[in-house]
Amino acid sequence: MSDELQLPQAARAFVSFVALLRINGFAVAPEQTTAFLAAIELLGPRSMEAIRLAGLATLAPPPERRATYDRLFDLHFLGSEAIDHAGAEDEEVVRLQEEGRGEDETLLADEANESGLAAARAEALVERRFAASATGDALRKLSREAPARLPRRRGHRRMRSRRGPLADLRRTLRESVRNDGEVLRLGRLKRRERPRKVLLLIDVSGSMKGRTDDNMKLSHALVHAIPHVEVFTFGTRLTRVTRPLRLKRREQALSAAAHLVSDWDGGTRIGDALQAFLAVPRFGGYARGAAVVILSDGLERGDPSALRDAVAKLSRRAWRLSWMTPLATGPGFQPQTEALIAIRRFVDDLVDGGSTAAIVSHVLSLGQRKAA
Amino acid sequence: MAVRGNIVGIDSPEALERALRTAYYLADDGLATAAYLGLALGKPLLLEGAPGVGKTEAAKAIAAVLGRRLIRLQCYEGIDASAALYEWNYPRQMLAIRQAGEESIDIYGETFLIERPMLAALRAPDSTVLLIDEIDRADQEFEAFLLEFLSDFQISIPERGTVRAAERPVVVLTSNRTRDLHEALRRRCVYHWIEYPTADREARIVMMRASSVAESTARAVVAAVGKLRREPLSKAPGIAEAVDWAEAATLLHERGARWPDAFKRSIGVALKDEEDLTFISGRLDALIAEAAA
Repeated sequence: MSDELQLPQAARAFVSFVALLRINGFAVAPEQTTAFLAAIELLGPRSMEAIRLAGLATLAPPPERRATYDRLFDLHFLGSEAIDHAGAEDEEVVRLQEEGRGEDETLLADEANESGLAAARAEALVERRFAASATGDALRKLSREAPARLPRRRGHRRMRSRRGPLADLRRTLRESVRNDGEVLRLGRLKRRERPRKVLLLIDVSGSMKGRTDDNMKLSHALVHAIPHVEVFTFGTRLTRVTRPLRLKRREQALSAAAHLVSDWDGGTRIGDALQAFLAVPRFGGYARGAAVVILSDGLERGDPSALRDAVAKLSRRAWRLSWMTPLATGPGFQPQTEALIAIRRFVDDLVDGGSTAAIVSHVLSLGQRKAA
Repeated sequence: MAVRGNIVGIDSPEALERALRTAYYLADDGLATAAYLGLALGKPLLLEGAPGVGKTEAAKAIAAVLGRRLIRLQCYEGIDASAALYEWNYPRQMLAIRQAGEESIDIYGETFLIERPMLAALRAPDSTVLLIDEIDRADQEFEAFLLEFLSDFQISIPERGTVRAAERPVVVLTSNRTRDLHEALRRRCVYHWIEYPTADREARIVMMRASSVAESTARAVVAAVGKLRREPLSKAPGIAEAVDWAEAATLLHERGARWPDAFKRSIGVALKDEEDLTFISGRLDALIAEAAA
């Protein structure tokens, strides 16, 4: 019996290639392996390139991991030794241009902003001390109330309702059959409501250091509370962290996200980061019709006009754009920095992002207000 | 693994590539291999890529090569079974009940059934190609519903029973990747990510699609479009835009406009966003001069 179950010698190399892919984090199903083998048989003896293409078609590695697939293929079938670990960055990271530039400018920009900031910061500290212990409560409140309170949009599907604007012909017919074809009551339909997309952009630069940890916890709670949440971090790069945050356990999710983000506590080039976000069609689409929340202090090291253009573009795509900065502590907040003044007229809300409780209460209130 | 035997005259990716060329579609090796495997293994073909790289065109070309009718199901947010599968003609049913009076009548007969794309493809699997376009626009529920269709190729209509395809229909799915598709869906398909073509291939596509365009024009347009794609624009021009641009510039030139000017004035067919136009306007002259050189 066992002899018959042995794989033919020739097939082993292909099956072990699939195993190698799985070890490297590619999700390959057994039926894909079968399809891969069938494809190779079908194509017959040809070049290595044909096998590579057959693997691409049947094993379906995601396009952003194509480079990894190619390296593994070369390693397995061509025995290539030159595996470049340094270049293993094909995940969902967009590197901003001229990354080195941000470092020098950090100091300059800090000095320039110092006078306006110092006062605001000192004031902010007083109010924030109370908030720290409330973080856990706020996150629990978010998880509990988000599904019911976050903004909704009108969907395309219909559901029955007592008094809707549309006629339910299907139900009316079924009921009329029961009454010998007599229509006694016209069934009604209404449009179903669906949760709106939420896009969270988190500043992880040095100036936001005190908030970064809590903001990541908050985004984890939000990702698990409602569907259709996308989370990006930015500093000197733009990184999509939605995928790691989907992991259930918080510690595990946050460490996976931390692993992906490589620009913690560095400089900020918000304008460039947002431009990069909008330039990738797949990412830019996440903002369309979404409730966009940006958690950032708006201390821009780069060109303020780039920031202004990006925010203007984003506000046109978004359903509602909220900029939450730790510098805004009260309702009478007046922006001091050049960047925040420049973007003020494009954002719908410019409010306090200094504590988890404040962010949670703003996010939960999004659904109650109409977009500006 | 069910291997479909009856693809007429197409026994290798190269043969398919040649056949596609007669349908005015230039496929690269990757696409030809994936499409051939999809046909031969009887699996749906899932095409992903940026907008305007020719995903829908590929499906049309495949239908033309096989000599089959293309049935297109355009997905949108909120698409449901009654738009994709079948729908009963309710007003007609009600009328029939009224007219029948005391006699008995079967209101679930063929005359009352409205075929939608998926049912139509299922009933004539040997003469149709089903294109499920922009699946990423549909809801996740619809994607889950598709899973069943794509693995068993059957649909059950409660009033009439199950409709099963006599053979595996040819199905092409496309996605712009505005959201990640479910792994289970990708798994059932043969997959190909369409890249922007190389400059050389794109120039050949432009000439093939727009016969009035001269080779030098095609090359210049492709070079300019290639440069535009490297800029941080909100919508990079696709292949269709390149073809339109070449055609528009040729038309203006025939009407007496001078060359660089004809290019510049017809930029509106390639870039369709006011901001992108302002962004590029300062450097447009240099960019076109460089491309035309």
